[in-house]
Amino acid sequence: MIIAVASGKGGTGKTTIAVSLALVLLDVQLLDCDVEEPNSHIFIKPVITDKESVPILVPRVDEKKCTFCGRCSKVCAYNAIAVLGTHTLVFPELCHGCGACSYFCPEGAIEEVPRDIGTVEAGIGCNLRFAHGILNIGEAMSPPLIRAVKRHADTEPVTIIDAPPGTSCPVIASIKGSDFCILVTEPTPFGLNDFILSVEVLRKIQIPFGAVINRCDIGNDETVSYCNKEDIPVLMEIPFRREIAMAYSQGTPIVEALPEYRGRFIDLYNSVLRLQSVK
Amino acid sequence: MKELLVISGKGGTGKTIVTGSFASLAENKVVVDCDVDAADLHLLLAPKVKEAHLFKSGQQPVIDEAKCTRCGTCRTVCRFDAVTPEITISHIDCEGCGFCAFACPEHAIEMVENVSGEWYISETRYGPLVHARLGIAEENSGKLVTLVKQKARDVAEESGRDLILIDGSPGIGCPVIASLSGVDCAVIVTEPTISGLHDAGRVVEVAKHFNVPVKVVVNKFDLNTEMTGRIEEYCDKNGIGVLGKIPFCESVVHAMVEGKTVIEYGKNEAKNAILKIWKILAEDLGL
Repeated sequence: MIIAVASGKGGTGKTTIAVSLALVLLDVQLLDCDVEEPNSHIFIKPVITDKESVPILVPRVDEKKCTFCGRCSKVCAYNAIAVLGTHTLVFPELCHGCGACSYFCPEGAIEEVPRDIGTVEAGIGCNLRFAHGILNIGEAMSPPLIRAVKRHADTEPVTIIDAPPGTSCPVIASIKGSDFCILVTEPTPFGLNDFILSVEVLRKIQIPFGAVINRCDIGNDETVSYCNKEDIPVLMEIPFRREIAMAYSQGTPIVEALPEYRGRFIDLYNSVLRLQSVK
Repeated sequence: MKELLVISGKGGTGKTIVTGSFASLAENKVVVDCDVDAADLHLLLAPKVKEAHLFKSGQQPVIDEAKCTRCGTCRTVCRFDAVTPEITISHIDCEGCGFCAFACPEHAIEMVENVSGEWYISETRYGPLVHARLGIAEENSGKLVTLVKQKARDVAEESGRDLILIDGSPGIGCPVIASLSGVDCAVIVTEPTISGLHDAGRVVEVAKHFNVPVKVVVNKFDLNTEMTGRIEEYCDKNGIGVLGKIPFCESVVHAMVEGKTVIEYGKNEAKNAILKIWKILAEDLGL
């Protein structure tokens, strides 16, 4: 089973929830798919045993064979290859690696070569199997790297995915294929606005989900009302406590700083199991 | 004309709270929300939309069932797993490259223009706001960011404004890179946590990579003063100016609930800190 932990708004507590949920389960794997700003490792402190560069394929033009016919630039949807007089220029950072230019080149003048966009690291920390991706600085496209992190998924018995914030392609790449998604939010106007967007995403890609309301005693009641109205199960509520914020700030998981939370995270897992089995 | 961007690396550190406050304080400006993925600034600025436009970006394949022979060529050439075994298009996976349409031996696939969001020019009590909404599960957030920034520049030029104030998105990927282009200063709002420092460090590197000068604001600095010290040390070592530190203050959430910026919300500690930060920043930018 794959359980994704996501949220529209950043900083609501995705990593807090994903890490503590992983720590109360036996035989579990944690994948940090927030490759732009990975943070789970701060709490898990894994020993990294495997490290691989992740490339996408970009074109390299053999100008001896190239007749500058321009077919490659015609088929490229991203303006990543252009013919100027007797030169064919490639703009690797615009390339999505679809391979059309190479396939359609009538002269066979385009070879595809790997270009690294980031690194996937895997290892063990706190007795759990761990992997995360680190996007190279200046790199715009994270989904291919996220997919590379997800190739590490054991899926059985449980894989937990820590997703990036937002509602666009990196989030979809992270949560797609999950059996259940825990949406973390906070009961503020910003939290609710972004939570509603996340709900729309999950309904669109048809993944069952429930809410965790973090810092549940700040803000107002509208998030809970929204969940009631939309029939969204509230799986857990965590109050704002300075000791929780302090533990987080030092890279200490909540279940370690406040052991009384272990039971609550086991309950969270059981709620997910129950909801997932009735989907 | 100056361009000021507020980013953070880590999400939820207070970008929009800070941008909203700056919007209350800056005089002759246009405000832009470049967090097109999960925009929140409108909740503080209550915009009245004056113009709404469709955001058309890229193309998506449509299969003509009458011509399709189910040969599967499209599925073979697609690298994004966007063609299902039943030969239908999974629009969530499709990157719009068009390889399938070019490769189809029956010419049964047409690429059609994709509407992936909306963008708006609005009026607020603090002047014009240019903002957008990316459709659910859509791509091309970077292109939409570039578009709203360009529109904001047009509005600023037409109405003789001297500042473009930009609320950015979390992370370091495509929308952040798009928002960095051409800005005079990026203010990085961080928090005193190991994650906050780690993520701010990565976004500082991205800004450097694109030659954008950065300044740092530490939000909720009193939640862990030791970590705040480490952030200040990091900034000192890397020659980055710390504009100021904002204390943790319940008024911030209360103001948000009332749809007000921190500056508009009575007396509070966060307001005092932001007033000082803005004074330094405005001087630095020559406003």
